[in-house]
Amino acid sequence: MERNVFVSRRRIDGFDVSPSDSAEAHVLAVDDSLVDRKFIEKLLKISSFKVTAVDSGRRALQFLGLDEETSSSVGFDGLKVDLIITDYCMPGMTGYELLKKIKESSNFREIPVVIMSSENVIARIDRCLEEGAEDFFVKPVKLSDVKRLKDYMMREVRFGSTNSGGTNKRKLQESCDLTSSEPSISSLSSSSSDSPSRSPISPSSAPSSIPTPLDSPVRRLKMTNAGGLI
Amino acid sequence: MEVGQLQRRLVDYTKSLLTEGILDDQFSQLQKLQDESDPGFLVEVVSLFFEDSEKLLNDITGALDQQSVDFKTVDGYVHQLKGSSASVGALRLKNACVAFRSFCEEQSLEGCLRSLQEVKQEYYNVKNKVETLFKMEKQIVAAGGSVPKTE
Repeated sequence: MERNVFVSRRRIDGFDVSPSDSAEAHVLAVDDSLVDRKFIEKLLKISSFKVTAVDSGRRALQFLGLDEETSSSVGFDGLKVDLIITDYCMPGMTGYELLKKIKESSNFREIPVVIMSSENVIARIDRCLEEGAEDFFVKPVKLSDVKRLKDYMMREVRFGSTNSGGTNKRKLQESCDLTSSEPSISSLSSSSSDSPSRSPISPSSAPSSIPTPLDSPVRRLKMTNAGGLI
Repeated sequence: MEVGQLQRRLVDYTKSLLTEGILDDQFSQLQKLQDESDPGFLVEVVSLFFEDSEKLLNDITGALDQQSVDFKTVDGYVHQLKGSSASVGALRLKNACVAFRSFCEEQSLEGCLRSLQEVKQEYYNVKNKVETLFKMEKQIVAAGGSVPKTE
């Protein structure tokens, strides 16, 4: 496993950028698609967020400083990250794996994480929510979705916080390309997989596309169901 | 042609692309995101999309040209193309990708090759149409007008 060590340039103490002041809030966007990165960056900027866009989970962790042991959530450019929005299907490290790593970290687990995916699969959505994701946006993401992100930054106590880490009932991991019986996207890139626990699965849970995508009202209903992550 | 006429032509043209399903609402959303502070946004995103797509089409062609075709790899590329098509609102192209993926799943080389032709066709079609649209916008601006928003 390659380790890109970030040398110098990082400050230990960050500024305290108040997350409730949305003009200052800093979002880290993760997506391997250049077109999608450009798009989400625009939506975020229009919604008055500061944006850092990276192309992989690896880079996101590097930016956070999670690769090395630090005690702050300051990225190397000194800006605190107030929210992470990540694509699900990415080569190397999926958005789900990134989510897990963040929630497993004592320093970063409080950062709200939102997942995006072009595939509208209930099992996938549930798994992400169970792991502590704040929300799940079906792509293409809407401006109204992004505007909602401010809500996740305000909250101190989150329903999802007690679920982070241990309660992942569904060990079945879904491959992104829907056809294979092994983690497939990683075959596109030469970098080694980051999660040794990933096991080949058969796509017996055939991802079904729901005619009416799980759009905001339903998603919000799920999220506000006190402790009731379905 | 005077500005008003040019503007009307553009609106009609955009509407026809939406009606034909070549573009969908996502494209309109992208147009709306463009404003005075970032007038080149749509062109920039679409240009990135064209570059990205052409690279993917080459990758797919190459992958299908192998002695032993790796359908998972092909599917991975088509998945990416499908994703970016959806992001810019290229509806027919996206749908062609969806059909393509089912042939990848079946591991049907013939089906894949046919799909590739269809995908290429849809790609060049949307590329031409969008480039025409951008030309119309330029004409309007050159004539001193502003680009009308399609509602």
